Amino acid sequence: MTTKPKHHKTTKKDLLQLYRDMLLIRRFEEKAGQLYGMGLIAGFCHLYIGQEAVVVGIRDAMAEGDQMITSYRDHGHMLACGMSPRGVMAELTGRSGGYSRGKGGSMHMFSVEKQFFGGHGIVGAQVPLGAGLGLANKYKDNGQISVTFFGDGASNQGQVYEALNMAKLWDLPTLFIIENNQYAMGTSLARASAQTELYKRGESFGVKGIQVDGMDVLAVREAAKKAAKHARSGKGPLILEMMTYRYRGHSMSDPAKYRTREEVNEMREEHDPIDMVKARLLKEKWADLDDLKALDKEIKTIVNDAAEFAKTSPEPDPSELYTDVLLEVEA
Amino acid sequence: MAIDIQMPALSPTMEEGTLTKWLVKEGDSISSGDILAEIETDKATMEIETIDEGVVGKILISEGTQNVKVGTVILQLLEDGEGIDVLSAPASPEAVIEKVDEPIVLAPVETQSHQVIETVAPVEMDIPSGTAMIETSVRDALRDAMAEEMRKDDRVFIMGEEVAQYQGAYKVTRELLQEFGPKRVIDTPITEHGFAGIGVGAAMGGLKPIVEFMTWNFAMQAIDHIINSAAKTLYMSGGQMRCPIVFRGPNGAASRVGAQHSHDYSSWYANVPGLKVVAPYDAADAKGLLKAAILDPNPVVFLEHEMMYGEMHDVPDLENYIVPIGKALVRRVGSDVTIVSHSRMVGRALEAAEILATEGISAEVIDLRTLRPLDTDTVIASVKKTNRIVCAEEGWGQSGIGAEIATRVMEQAFDYLDAPPARVFQKDVPLPYAGNLEALSIPNAQDVVVAAKAVCYKD
Repeated sequence: MTTKPKHHKTTKKDLLQLYRDMLLIRRFEEKAGQLYGMGLIAGFCHLYIGQEAVVVGIRDAMAEGDQMITSYRDHGHMLACGMSPRGVMAELTGRSGGYSRGKGGSMHMFSVEKQFFGGHGIVGAQVPLGAGLGLANKYKDNGQISVTFFGDGASNQGQVYEALNMAKLWDLPTLFIIENNQYAMGTSLARASAQTELYKRGESFGVKGIQVDGMDVLAVREAAKKAAKHARSGKGPLILEMMTYRYRGHSMSDPAKYRTREEVNEMREEHDPIDMVKARLLKEKWADLDDLKALDKEIKTIVNDAAEFAKTSPEPDPSELYTDVLLEVEA
Repeated sequence: MAIDIQMPALSPTMEEGTLTKWLVKEGDSISSGDILAEIETDKATMEIETIDEGVVGKILISEGTQNVKVGTVILQLLEDGEGIDVLSAPASPEAVIEKVDEPIVLAPVETQSHQVIETVAPVEMDIPSGTAMIETSVRDALRDAMAEEMRKDDRVFIMGEEVAQYQGAYKVTRELLQEFGPKRVIDTPITEHGFAGIGVGAAMGGLKPIVEFMTWNFAMQAIDHIINSAAKTLYMSGGQMRCPIVFRGPNGAASRVGAQHSHDYSSWYANVPGLKVVAPYDAADAKGLLKAAILDPNPVVFLEHEMMYGEMHDVPDLENYIVPIGKALVRRVGSDVTIVSHSRMVGRALEAAEILATEGISAEVIDLRTLRPLDTDTVIASVKKTNRIVCAEEGWGQSGIGAEIATRVMEQAFDYLDAPPARVFQKDVPLPYAGNLEALSIPNAQDVVVAAKAVCYKD
């Protein structure tokens, strides 16, 4: 992170909302990590802690009806889309109250209502899917854009380039957001990528890319607004490379021995997306510590309620085993 | 000595073509590289060049002649100083045609598969009596199915390699671009993984894509999206996220194209819950089942057969002819042995049944038509009657469709069996290129005859 955060214009109302949205993700993920430790969440669980500014900033630049799709590190995206913390947490615990009624888990949740298209467990697979959502928008001429998130690891998948090529060839209304958190599981970007400036990855297809400080929610939002306007105007896709960082391991089972504690601490202390907004709120006198404490309490109540719901929601009925495999053919 | 120029084979599967236009006339001097004529095959119109030098002596096949067999002498070329008097009657084409793909038929029955169908007893389709039948190629039946559904529903579109301007690598999408335009008939780059994913995304976004793979062999690049993205999403989303999409294209062995282009994926896709898998045999089913597939709200894998594209069969002249997915068809009624098969192998099973009839064995032939969901009931009912079963398929045996059918028969009708189920399948090797080895590898009618006699304990 070499770029110095620019001082972006904002309002009290906007900044408080962004702060709140990021804090909800942070507290939700902390709770998910806790429930995982208690054995209430099983399997893979990829936490978004540290990266909150990316999805919150981008969601704020999207319009009603625009679609979002991402990888398996998806809890933050769902909350940013307005999906209910209860429904997401109950899916993590594999209960009937979850968004997929317990049949999807952490990596596989969807909401047609909120235009969230998953939650995909195969690295890079969401990229052509997201381009396909863009194709549907263009076909229907509905003025909407699709926004596809993927990581620095997925950036090396072949299908990403197939999708970039077709997205530009057909000028699909779609954005590609690379969440560069520096590590593809345990492999640092430099150890996996011959060319580490990921925003340049669309150059050979004529897809422009912009590198953005993904720890600065206002920088993210500003870049996303411009990019969304570009895509919506029929000029085709853009890449936004979000320079970000995850504080936790790749998944809950990852001890993250591939990086130093100093590196993590430096990011947390110097670049934390929530702390940076908090500082600005205090500096602008848009909030005082008591206000923020009250907000934190409110968020914790929401998260605790979600956790309680996720613990008490019944397991899916055994009859659910055989449902949702195929849809009935309408007569 | 004059040079005989023959009707060339312009594709691995071409047997005949139309001589649409001569670009030379008698008396012209020609040299190597000159274009002689335009020839239309079932797949494309192509120009043929000479590699010889001389004067065009005699044109033997006039412009516009259809069904000119490969190997027919179409032009005789005079070499330096020769007069027209040197020309004699050309050799007969039969002498030069090498039919590597025909099964080795030992019995005195040599019928084309579409003729066999005419001998079939009751057709279990709900076709009103008096319905006219139109002889249609499997290729055109598939095209008609897509065109009809595209006219009815503007969410239906087709994408794939060469589907639009080229009119289809196998001409299955012929004239769709002209009728529906480039928005709904979309040429893709050669990137199966990517465009399969884009198709699935478009389906999730509310459209009804038909994704054509030039062959299913290339879809192995895309199988992740077919299975992980399309088949599993409804379940993983607790029933929220629909994916109405058809993946279609030719499957299995064509002719002399080697191992990488000749893979039968029937059992691969039939293994996957969340998919429907269809493998039609004749033109009527190709049309009726493809329409059902496009209408289906689920992802459907539609396995065609390149060698069947040019076959002509009767298709009911009905406004909206739909064959339901999941129902097998008894194509020939018999009492001694049940032969179960799908796709092109159905034709071989019917040929086998003809041969067996001459030897006093009455075979019932079941065309599965759909591989998932598998119509076990029709098979079990037949076995309860015949007490014997042969499962015939073009793919490999291990974990194959026949293995599955045999297991279900043993689970559900064990006490009715008078012999262990028999299986006929491709030899357990990658498909060889050499004509003789390829013919040895792919099961033919005679293999089915041998298996049927074995389960009847007759040699």
